[in-house]
Amino acid sequence: MRNKLAIALGLTTCLLALAFHPAQGADKVKIGFVTTLTTGAGVIGRDMKDAVDLAVEHIGGKMAGLDVEILYEDDGFKPEIGKQKADKLVKSDDVDFVAGFIWSHVLLASRKSVLDAGKFLISSNAGPSQLAGKLCHENFFSTSWQNDQTPMAMGEVLNRKGVNKLYVMAPNYAAGKNMVAGVERTFAGEVVGKDMTKWGKDAQLDFSAELAKARASGADAIFVFYPGRAGSAFIKQYEQAGLVDEIPLYTVFTVDSISLPLLQKAGLKGVLGSLMTQFWAPDLDFPQNHKFVSAFREKHGRYPSFYAAQSYDTVFFIKSAVEAVDGNLEDMDGMRAAMAAADYPSVRGPYTYGNNHLPIQNFYLRQVAEDEAGNWTTRVVETVYTGHQDSYASECKM
Amino acid sequence: MDFTLVAAQFLNGLQLGVLLFLLAAGLTLVFGIMDCVNLAHGSLYMVGAFVCATVTLATGSFLLGVLAALPATFAIGVLVEVLVIRHLYQRDHLDQVLATFGLILVFDTLVHLIWGPEGLSFPLPQSLNGQVVLPGNVVFPVYRLLIIAGGLAVALAMWIVITRTRTGMLVRAGASNPRLVNALGINIRALFTLVFGAGAALAGLAGLLIAPITEASIGMGNEILIVAFVVIIIGGIGSVRGAFIAAIIVGLIDTLGRSFLDGAMKLVLSNQAAETAAPAVSAMLIYILMAAILYFRPQGLFPPRVR
Repeated sequence: MRNKLAIALGLTTCLLALAFHPAQGADKVKIGFVTTLTTGAGVIGRDMKDAVDLAVEHIGGKMAGLDVEILYEDDGFKPEIGKQKADKLVKSDDVDFVAGFIWSHVLLASRKSVLDAGKFLISSNAGPSQLAGKLCHENFFSTSWQNDQTPMAMGEVLNRKGVNKLYVMAPNYAAGKNMVAGVERTFAGEVVGKDMTKWGKDAQLDFSAELAKARASGADAIFVFYPGRAGSAFIKQYEQAGLVDEIPLYTVFTVDSISLPLLQKAGLKGVLGSLMTQFWAPDLDFPQNHKFVSAFREKHGRYPSFYAAQSYDTVFFIKSAVEAVDGNLEDMDGMRAAMAAADYPSVRGPYTYGNNHLPIQNFYLRQVAEDEAGNWTTRVVETVYTGHQDSYASECKM
Repeated sequence: MDFTLVAAQFLNGLQLGVLLFLLAAGLTLVFGIMDCVNLAHGSLYMVGAFVCATVTLATGSFLLGVLAALPATFAIGVLVEVLVIRHLYQRDHLDQVLATFGLILVFDTLVHLIWGPEGLSFPLPQSLNGQVVLPGNVVFPVYRLLIIAGGLAVALAMWIVITRTRTGMLVRAGASNPRLVNALGINIRALFTLVFGAGAALAGLAGLLIAPITEASIGMGNEILIVAFVVIIIGGIGSVRGAFIAAIIVGLIDTLGRSFLDGAMKLVLSNQAAETAAPAVSAMLIYILMAAILYFRPQGLFPPRVR
């Protein structure tokens, strides 16, 4: 009896919610932004949110004369919650764009909800191989990269440095697998050891066993991918284990402006001089990048991370689409064509889109260094790839 | 197989085990003696790490950080017991789970408000940041060796307190028959508060010991609490001795699984299959062990002899 009552009440509430759903006028551009705002990874989400807020401020809160409304949602670092939030954004909020997504597994879980609803899906970070290849979609775009590209550039760097034996470590999830596949694709030497560690909300952060294996492996370089807080934990332990002078460290998406202040505070000098590859750097010489980096530093007192850079780009990217159709948000074809042209000022400089709507762009070698004020940041050393396209584009039938 | 690697991994496993024991000891006492499920035990682990990190960063001394965090977690433990947990002893386990889960959310949010979302990282003093070369040419971080030594010392001290002192006797008596102990004129409530505070301080100790290796971060205790529950289930709920032995077993199995399972699986599987399966299986090993224990010996390896 009580169950029936509960069901009846629930249904009534749903119907009421439908009946009172506010009428949608095209007087606003609504953008859903899914990221991680809680858990230890919440610090990444904060950087992305700060960048989006800054971008909205820089465009005066308007796109083609329409007000911009950003709805932030927290995925809690879990694919199933990310999907629920994506469902909510397209069904009850009726947003025009769903953007964000730090994690590849969260993006993969959420893609169907957004694309089936006929909305644009824009990744501001995650670049799983599936979405670049077989699962590519006309309404999916990325303002970041495909996961494999950055480690592929690193494999190239390792070859140039004459590394023969490499030890590889990454978390065991969609992006971790892509990162390992990427470096293995271009690295010409031998991978003497590989660890895929537990990831997610209860990620493994103590790498004692793996570091002992690396030491015993006789490798002459170690390659790791540990985004977020796992990165600074790894680097501390790498230094505590005394490997700094024994096996040089090469990273992707591990040492960033989120981990560097923490590492500096902790006085872990072993990270100074370590090398990484990336599509962007705070010191890239483009007017949009100067504007972004200086305004972000002024407002928040810290360097923006690459997550922030991609999120800042996301807003200008959407703006270029909305303005191309004069604010007519019904014109999906017009917006799609405008986005595919990548005709907006990106912080990384001009780039183009491949058939799979992933960027064809440069990748740079960066090194950790001190800035004039003594803050630890990264500097561009050289360009590794010019106009690089991911390896899955050929699998995309588009 | 390489001797130095096996030896290093054995020590790594021991270090993880000792750390798990510090966390599990308080949990098993509260669960076993007061019959109360305390999910917020991990929050005290987190608080220990944050307080130690804050004091260390402010004063530049890790020792001061430790000396500040231990009484702080003890005091917070006592406060939590008096305000919340005390009212839960007579309720059923579901109420306890709900209330202490609420406490987790409160602690996580408080930490977020006070310290922000990014967590705290602090350096080890130079003297602890190095490595030692042990006999057999095993290179091992000094700090991890210190954790092993400190943890074993605490375990010994607990054993002495519980089996050789009057307080320990009262704790054991209170566990088997609280009413009778009360009737004999012992303030059982104060005793429970003391035990809860001590458990909290032990959790705080575990948290502050791990913080220089990883960092102090929100929710760090919730992750390891699951493993601590596995430990007390394997060891037998309420048994400190069981918690100690189970913690060492779990630490060793987890570490050795991560170290050697992929190599072992490559003997029977293709390289690629082993690479895919090994991380998943090694993450499951301790749960497989728990399931086996629950099937063959549901009371755990060393259930307390009382009641």
